Amino acid sequence: MNGRKSFGAKKRPGAGAQGKDGQRRPMFRRRKVCKFCSDKIDDINYKDVKLLLPFVPERAKILPRRISGTCALHQRKLRVALMRARQLALIPYTAE
Amino acid sequence: MTRKYELVYIVSPEASDDQVTDLHTQVDAIVQRIGGQIEKTDNWGRRRLAYEIGRHKEGTYVLEVILGTGDLMKEIDRRLKVSDLVIRHLVVRVDETQAVIERMKARRSATSQRRRVARGLPADRQPGEGQRNDSDDDRDDRFDMGNDRGDRGMDR
Repeated sequence: MNGRKSFGAKKRPGAGAQGKDGQRRPMFRRRKVCKFCSDKIDDINYKDVKLLLPFVPERAKILPRRISGTCALHQRKLRVALMRARQLALIPYTAE
Repeated sequence: MTRKYELVYIVSPEASDDQVTDLHTQVDAIVQRIGGQIEKTDNWGRRRLAYEIGRHKEGTYVLEVILGTGDLMKEIDRRLKVSDLVIRHLVVRVDETQAVIERMKARRSATSQRRRVARGLPADRQPGEGQRNDSDDDRDDRFDMGNDRGDRGMDR
């Protein structure tokens, strides 16, 4: 469609034909994407409890990347933010 | 070398409002004495603590953004450690991370403008077309993955 494309990635209506590939595979799992990349959140701040809380499961451990799909860069920043928030008792260290 | 720091301290729930403001003036006095500047203060009010700190279940949170030197923050840190009213405090240097965030924002808008121009669109987003652009990006990603990525390592 436009000059520089690698593998027809920009095709919008034609994507239906290629969608069959996806359906042929059994148990198609939705690919996890990094929340911070897709929402374009640059600032992972320890004061923003609302942002951090989804990454703190019941047991209060930090949600691993393998489950949340967060990219390495943002997981590192998230970890720092969570640990600061813990120190200020905004987020628990552990659930008793 | 003046730097920007954020100071958050938790005041014991037994403290009165006067004591909280008094603490703020004390911090302010130290900052004035050593030659810094308080950029902003923010009282978050009383909050539940996520865990008990020395039998306290609640606390009053106060945030101060301070411009100053490392020595200044050292002195404030020392004073807050001694204070009985302050049950927890945290000092974080923020100027460098803020610069990084600014840079990332600038780079992001620059690349998006470049791509839009390459596609023959006006450099800035027109109202009402935001959603479609986002899904375009997602689709690109999925194709990338199908071709050269295996199981892990989505980072780039």
